[in-house]
Amino acid sequence: MSLELSEPLQKTVDSLSENFSESLIKVYQSSGDTFIQIEADSLLEVTRHLKDKLHYVYLSDIFGIDRYTSEERFEVVYNLLSLKDRARVFLKVRCEEENPELESVVSIWKSAGWNEREVYDMFGVHFRNHPDLRRIFLPEDFEYFPLRKEFPLLGIPGSIELPSTTPESE
Amino acid sequence: MKLNDIQSRVNPTFFKEHQNKLYKSLEDKHTTIEEMDDGDPLTTKMILNMGPQHPATHGVLRLVLQLDGESIEKTKLDIGYLHRGVEKIAENKTYQEFMPYTDRMDYLSPYSNNVALCTAVEKIASVEVPERAHYIRMIGAELARISSHLLWLGTMVMDAGAVSFFIWTFKEREKIYDIMDRIAGHRFTVSHARIGGVANDLTDEATGSIKEFVESFPNELKDYHKLLDRNRIFFERNEAVGVLKTEDALEWGATGPVLRATGYGLDIRKLSPYARYDNVEFDIPTRLEGDNLARYYVRMEEMNESIRIIKQCLDKIPNGPIRADNAKQAYPSKDEVYYSMEGMIHDFMMTDTGICPPEGAEAYHAVESPKGELGYYIQSDGTGHPWRLKIKAPSFSNLQVLENILDGEMVADTVVIIGGMDPVLGEADK
Repeated sequence: MSLELSEPLQKTVDSLSENFSESLIKVYQSSGDTFIQIEADSLLEVTRHLKDKLHYVYLSDIFGIDRYTSEERFEVVYNLLSLKDRARVFLKVRCEEENPELESVVSIWKSAGWNEREVYDMFGVHFRNHPDLRRIFLPEDFEYFPLRKEFPLLGIPGSIELPSTTPESE
Repeated sequence: MKLNDIQSRVNPTFFKEHQNKLYKSLEDKHTTIEEMDDGDPLTTKMILNMGPQHPATHGVLRLVLQLDGESIEKTKLDIGYLHRGVEKIAENKTYQEFMPYTDRMDYLSPYSNNVALCTAVEKIASVEVPERAHYIRMIGAELARISSHLLWLGTMVMDAGAVSFFIWTFKEREKIYDIMDRIAGHRFTVSHARIGGVANDLTDEATGSIKEFVESFPNELKDYHKLLDRNRIFFERNEAVGVLKTEDALEWGATGPVLRATGYGLDIRKLSPYARYDNVEFDIPTRLEGDNLARYYVRMEEMNESIRIIKQCLDKIPNGPIRADNAKQAYPSKDEVYYSMEGMIHDFMMTDTGICPPEGAEAYHAVESPKGELGYYIQSDGTGHPWRLKIKAPSFSNLQVLENILDGEMVADTVVIIGGMDPVLGEADK
């Protein structure tokens, strides 16, 4: 499939394929957005390069996707914005179902802190070297990861402690 | 006195593990705590839990503050008290069915949320929206921006100590609610946008009331400026409070007026114009100071710009259809549904299956909501339900900034800083 990249995005893709040719898996476009999939091992180097050399200083968001496949089940997407070139790029990495783990990018963008906590909360993907990896929406006492596809829509009865409604049971 | 054993003192009774980890994480935040003198009561350290049930936290935000006398040493935020799992719900609904949930995300500007969802779905399914619908959406979204900023203004000034002001801004909000009632048939949770257009056309009555509002509102704004711009109490509560530098704002991912008050004019309406924002003239107000007062000025000027946009929209709005005329993409008009068999079938199909974007397609579309960049990422599996729908909520990003700028401030300024950030927990908690 041929790509129709704008000039700054072309520059980004060229620079990445020049410097990280073996870790770049694929570049594709969908509905006008550009997605770059890379090897999880080189996440830190690639993100650092994107920020320092290609001006992607603004991390808009990080989110997970449950692909529900037997191999490389979870996908984490980094929504990056280059303020200088007004270009938006989506960086994708994948990880396995067993002990999903990725390197944290908090050392590159501080705003990754809460976003990575959200991915951990919803999908159970761990981030190595995250300064404060706790659940963000659900309480720590909750044992499941609700955005995984096998989690039922109605929830699991008894999975979360509810406050007592009888006053004398204190 | 050294405060390194928070855990043994707090003794939580509910969600034990959660509370313990939260206090542990507060303890671990910047680990350079020195020993302090005993004796002087102003140098006593304490942990203050603020919220989730607190009127000044604008919803259900919980802050755990470690205080040293009157100044805040460090803060941790605990959010999620309003978590409803809307992203999970979205995976089990058609795109149109999900829209009422977006009303309840940022419930202070439901119209912007509707538009954000619609534009994202239209992008992924390549739906052409008629010209008139774009203008109606812009009018709605800008009215929502004014309404949201008015609520922020009223509550923020109330947090700073002036209660009567709240009633003034609510008088104007009431007018916007009436306009929304005339546009959409609902005052609060409007759900007026539809995939491929809007639900119904502007009536003469609605247009009339919008025109009346844009004429009268600038005078009200002037009155607000008169009351606050030279008000010494307001100034002293807000000036140099909660200062955020531009580099920090970008690094921590601040968005919307919070970012623009630090001097960086990032606005999605200009960055990647959607609807017909490239056809209207408006400026992006920015300030350099990055404090609470700067946020006040930015939002006040934004309201002025919104009025400007609405006026231009009213001039430019063309006549024509208000929804895409394609039965596979948008609901047919009610006339068709009631008087033709095909219309009826298509209406059923849209309700039952809805619009089906191509399999494997992905799209991200962001709009500038009153709080900042509101983006929807959608991944489709070819059915009428999204495989994954992710909402990038601006309040979530701004709350993360809040956790960092509170450190070192005075405890009495906490409510003013929260007010200046203008978070909506319905959106941040998803």
